[in-house]
Amino acid sequence: MSTARTAVTITHPVGLHARPAVKLTKLAKSFPAAIRIRGAEGAWVDAKSIVKVMALKLKSGTVLEFEAEGDEAAVAVDALRSLVERDFDEGAALHHD
Amino acid sequence: MTAPGNGKVGIVIVSHSPLVAQGAADMVRQMVGDDVPCAATGGNPAGGLGTDPNRIREAIEAVWSEAGVAVFVDLGGAEMNAEMAIEMLEGDRAGRVRICNAPVVEGAVVAATEAAGGAALDVVCATAEELSP
Repeated sequence: MSTARTAVTITHPVGLHARPAVKLTKLAKSFPAAIRIRGAEGAWVDAKSIVKVMALKLKSGTVLEFEAEGDEAAVAVDALRSLVERDFDEGAALHHD
Repeated sequence: MTAPGNGKVGIVIVSHSPLVAQGAADMVRQMVGDDVPCAATGGNPAGGLGTDPNRIREAIEAVWSEAGVAVFVDLGGAEMNAEMAIEMLEGDRAGRVRICNAPVVEGAVVAATEAAGGAALDVVCATAEELSP
Protein backbone atom coordinates (compact mmCIF):
# COMPACT_ATOMS: atom_id res chain seq x y z
CA MET A 1 0.00 0.00 0.00
CA SER A 2 1.59 3.25 -1.08
CA THR A 3 1.22 6.59 0.61
CA ALA A 4 1.84 9.98 -0.97
CA ARG A 5 1.74 13.46 0.43
CA THR A 6 2.07 16.93 -0.99
CA ALA A 7 1.57 20.56 -0.01
CA VAL A 8 0.53 23.49 -2.17
CA THR A 9 -0.46 27.10 -1.53
CA ILE A 10 -3.87 28.26 -2.76
CA THR A 11 -3.25 31.08 -5.23
CA HIS A 12 -6.82 31.40 -6.53
CA PRO A 13 -7.89 34.87 -5.29
CA VAL A 14 -11.26 33.68 -3.95
CA GLY A 15 -9.75 30.62 -2.25
CA LEU A 16 -11.33 27.19 -2.06
CA HIS A 17 -14.88 28.43 -2.59
CA ALA A 18 -17.83 26.42 -3.84
CA ARG A 19 -16.95 25.83 -7.49
CA PRO A 20 -13.30 24.90 -6.86
CA ALA A 21 -14.46 22.60 -4.05
CA VAL A 22 -16.73 20.81 -6.53
CA LYS A 23 -13.85 20.42 -8.99
CA LEU A 24 -11.48 19.21 -6.31
CA THR A 25 -13.83 16.54 -4.94
CA LYS A 26 -14.80 15.37 -8.44
CA LEU A 27 -11.12 14.90 -9.25
CA ALA A 28 -10.43 13.18 -5.91
CA LYS A 29 -13.29 10.75 -6.53
CA SER A 30 -11.73 9.70 -9.83
CA PHE A 31 -8.92 7.94 -7.93
CA PRO A 32 -9.20 4.66 -6.03
CA ALA A 33 -6.92 5.81 -3.20
CA ALA A 34 -8.23 7.19 0.09
CA ILE A 35 -7.41 10.91 0.03
CA ARG A 36 -7.36 13.38 2.92
CA ILE A 37 -7.04 17.14 2.76
CA ARG A 38 -6.32 19.82 5.34
CA GLY A 39 -5.59 23.51 5.30
CA ALA A 40 -3.29 25.55 7.53
CA GLU A 41 -2.47 22.43 9.57
CA GLY A 42 -6.09 22.08 10.66
CA ALA A 43 -8.08 18.87 10.88
CA TRP A 44 -7.82 16.31 8.07
CA VAL A 45 -11.04 15.68 6.14
CA ASP A 46 -12.00 13.29 3.35
CA ALA A 47 -11.07 14.98 0.06
CA LYS A 48 -13.91 13.09 -1.65
CA SER A 49 -16.56 14.68 0.60
CA ILE A 50 -17.93 17.79 -1.06
CA VAL A 51 -19.69 18.89 2.14
CA LYS A 52 -16.54 18.61 4.25
CA VAL A 53 -14.26 20.23 1.66
CA MET A 54 -16.65 23.18 1.20
CA ALA A 55 -16.90 23.57 4.97
CA LEU A 56 -13.11 24.12 5.19
CA LYS A 57 -13.66 27.61 3.70
CA LEU A 58 -9.97 27.97 2.91
CA LYS A 59 -8.80 31.37 1.72
CA SER A 60 -6.19 32.36 -0.82
CA GLY A 61 -2.67 32.01 0.57
CA THR A 62 -3.55 29.00 2.72
CA VAL A 63 -1.22 26.00 2.54
CA LEU A 64 -3.19 22.97 1.47
CA GLU A 65 -1.97 19.44 2.14
CA PHE A 66 -3.09 16.24 0.46
CA GLU A 67 -2.37 12.75 1.69
CA ALA A 68 -3.35 9.68 -0.31
CA GLU A 69 -3.13 6.04 0.60
CA GLY A 70 -3.71 3.13 -1.76
CA ASP A 71 -3.62 2.55 -5.49
CA GLU A 72 -2.39 5.48 -7.58
CA ALA A 73 -1.73 7.51 -4.41
CA ALA A 74 1.16 9.45 -5.99
CA VAL A 75 -0.77 10.13 -9.21
CA ALA A 76 -3.75 11.35 -7.18
CA VAL A 77 -1.85 13.87 -5.06
CA ASP A 78 0.05 15.12 -8.14
CA ALA A 79 -3.23 15.69 -10.02
CA LEU A 80 -4.82 17.48 -7.07
CA ARG A 81 -1.78 19.69 -6.51
CA SER A 82 -1.77 20.57 -10.20
CA LEU A 83 -5.47 21.54 -10.05
CA VAL A 84 -4.78 23.92 -7.15
CA GLU A 85 -1.70 25.35 -8.94
CA ARG A 86 -3.83 26.00 -12.04
CA ASP A 87 -6.27 28.03 -9.88
CA PHE A 88 -8.84 25.30 -10.54
CA ASP A 89 -8.85 26.23 -14.25
CA GLU A 90 -10.91 29.29 -13.40
CA GLY A 91 -8.77 32.05 -14.88
CA ALA A 92 -11.41 33.22 -17.35
CA ALA A 93 -14.33 32.86 -14.95
CA LEU A 94 -12.93 35.09 -12.22
CA HIS A 95 -14.31 38.26 -13.69
CA HIS A 96 -17.83 36.94 -13.39
CA ASP A 97 -17.64 36.10 -9.69
CA MET B 1 -32.83 20.34 -19.14
CA THR B 2 -30.04 17.83 -19.48
CA ALA B 3 -30.47 14.55 -21.30
CA PRO B 4 -31.23 11.64 -18.98
CA GLY B 5 -30.35 8.01 -19.32
CA ASN B 6 -26.65 7.93 -18.51
CA GLY B 7 -27.22 5.83 -15.41
CA LYS B 8 -26.50 8.66 -12.97
CA VAL B 9 -28.90 9.76 -10.26
CA GLY B 10 -31.07 12.60 -11.58
CA ILE B 11 -31.71 15.86 -9.71
CA VAL B 12 -35.08 17.62 -9.56
CA ILE B 13 -35.40 21.09 -8.07
CA VAL B 14 -38.83 22.24 -6.90
CA SER B 15 -39.47 25.78 -5.74
CA HIS B 16 -42.58 27.93 -5.38
CA SER B 17 -40.79 30.34 -7.71
CA PRO B 18 -39.85 29.24 -11.25
CA LEU B 19 -36.99 31.73 -11.13
CA VAL B 20 -35.55 30.20 -7.97
CA ALA B 21 -35.86 26.67 -9.42
CA GLN B 22 -34.30 27.69 -12.72
CA GLY B 23 -31.52 29.62 -10.99
CA ALA B 24 -30.64 26.67 -8.77
CA ALA B 25 -30.53 24.40 -11.83
CA ASP B 26 -28.26 26.92 -13.58
CA MET B 27 -25.88 26.74 -10.62
CA VAL B 28 -25.83 22.95 -10.79
CA ARG B 29 -25.03 23.05 -14.49
CA GLN B 30 -22.31 25.66 -14.16
CA MET B 31 -20.66 24.21 -11.05
CA VAL B 32 -21.01 20.50 -11.69
CA GLY B 33 -21.56 20.25 -15.44
CA ASP B 34 -24.03 18.72 -17.84
CA ASP B 35 -23.25 15.08 -17.13
CA VAL B 36 -25.84 14.88 -14.36
CA PRO B 37 -29.47 15.10 -15.53
CA CYS B 38 -31.10 18.04 -13.77
CA ALA B 39 -34.63 19.44 -14.11
CA ALA B 40 -36.27 22.41 -12.42
CA THR B 41 -39.91 23.23 -11.86
CA GLY B 42 -41.71 26.03 -10.05
CA GLY B 43 -44.88 28.05 -10.10
CA ASN B 44 -48.51 26.99 -10.32
CA PRO B 45 -50.42 26.42 -13.60
CA ALA B 46 -52.01 29.89 -13.30
CA GLY B 47 -48.58 31.50 -13.55
CA GLY B 48 -48.29 32.46 -9.89
CA LEU B 49 -46.04 31.28 -7.10
CA GLY B 50 -46.65 27.70 -6.09
CA THR B 51 -45.93 24.12 -7.03
CA ASP B 52 -47.84 21.61 -9.13
CA PRO B 53 -47.80 17.81 -8.76
CA ASN B 54 -48.11 17.22 -12.50
CA ARG B 55 -45.18 19.46 -13.34
CA ILE B 56 -43.08 17.83 -10.63
CA ARG B 57 -43.96 14.39 -12.02
CA GLU B 58 -42.92 15.55 -15.51
CA ALA B 59 -39.62 16.85 -14.13
CA ILE B 60 -38.92 13.53 -12.41
CA GLU B 61 -39.72 11.64 -15.62
CA ALA B 62 -37.49 13.99 -17.63
CA VAL B 63 -34.40 13.04 -15.63
CA TRP B 64 -35.42 9.46 -14.87
CA SER B 65 -32.94 6.61 -15.02
CA GLU B 66 -32.76 3.29 -13.21
CA ALA B 67 -30.32 4.97 -10.79
CA GLY B 68 -33.23 7.00 -9.40
CA VAL B 69 -33.95 10.65 -8.72
CA ALA B 70 -33.18 12.98 -5.80
CA VAL B 71 -35.76 15.73 -5.31
CA PHE B 72 -35.11 19.05 -3.57
CA VAL B 73 -38.03 21.17 -2.36
CA ASP B 74 -38.32 24.56 -0.72
CA LEU B 75 -41.34 25.31 1.50
CA GLY B 76 -44.13 23.09 2.94
CA GLY B 77 -46.50 22.75 -0.02
CA ALA B 78 -43.64 21.87 -2.34
CA GLU B 79 -42.85 18.79 -0.28
CA MET B 80 -46.52 17.71 -0.20
CA ASN B 81 -46.90 18.14 -3.95
CA ALA B 82 -43.61 16.32 -4.55
CA GLU B 83 -44.94 13.40 -2.50
CA MET B 84 -48.11 13.42 -4.66
CA ALA B 85 -46.00 13.52 -7.82
CA ILE B 86 -43.99 10.52 -6.67
CA GLU B 87 -47.20 8.57 -6.01
CA MET B 88 -48.33 9.36 -9.56
CA LEU B 89 -45.25 7.71 -11.13
CA GLU B 90 -45.66 4.50 -13.11
CA GLY B 91 -44.80 1.05 -11.85
CA ASP B 92 -42.19 0.77 -9.13
CA ARG B 93 -40.47 4.06 -9.92
CA ALA B 94 -41.68 5.65 -6.67
CA GLY B 95 -39.29 3.41 -4.74
CA ARG B 96 -36.33 5.00 -6.49
CA VAL B 97 -37.24 8.64 -5.91
CA ARG B 98 -36.26 10.40 -2.69
CA ILE B 99 -37.12 13.83 -1.33
CA CYS B 100 -33.91 15.01 0.32
CA ASN B 101 -34.05 16.91 3.57
CA ALA B 102 -31.56 19.58 2.53
CA PRO B 103 -31.48 23.23 1.41
CA VAL B 104 -32.50 23.57 -2.24
CA VAL B 105 -29.48 25.34 -3.73
CA GLU B 106 -26.68 23.86 -1.64
CA GLY B 107 -28.36 20.45 -1.56
CA ALA B 108 -28.81 20.28 -5.32
CA VAL B 109 -25.19 21.27 -6.00
CA VAL B 110 -23.79 18.82 -3.46
CA ALA B 111 -26.09 16.02 -4.64
CA ALA B 112 -25.16 16.63 -8.28
CA THR B 113 -21.47 16.48 -7.35
CA GLU B 114 -22.03 13.07 -5.76
CA ALA B 115 -24.20 11.89 -8.65
CA ALA B 116 -21.52 12.96 -11.15
CA GLY B 117 -19.10 10.59 -9.41
CA GLY B 118 -21.56 7.74 -9.97
CA ALA B 119 -22.83 7.49 -6.37
CA ALA B 120 -26.04 5.58 -5.61
CA LEU B 121 -29.26 7.40 -4.66
CA ASP B 122 -28.86 6.68 -0.93
CA VAL B 123 -25.36 8.13 -0.93
CA VAL B 124 -26.41 11.17 -2.98
CA CYS B 125 -29.21 11.98 -0.52
CA ALA B 126 -27.15 11.23 2.59
CA THR B 127 -24.41 13.59 1.39
CA ALA B 128 -26.89 16.42 0.74
CA GLU B 129 -28.49 15.80 4.12
CA GLU B 130 -25.09 16.28 5.81
CA LEU B 131 -25.71 19.97 5.09
CA SER B 132 -28.70 20.11 7.44
CA PRO B 133 -27.73 20.57 11.08
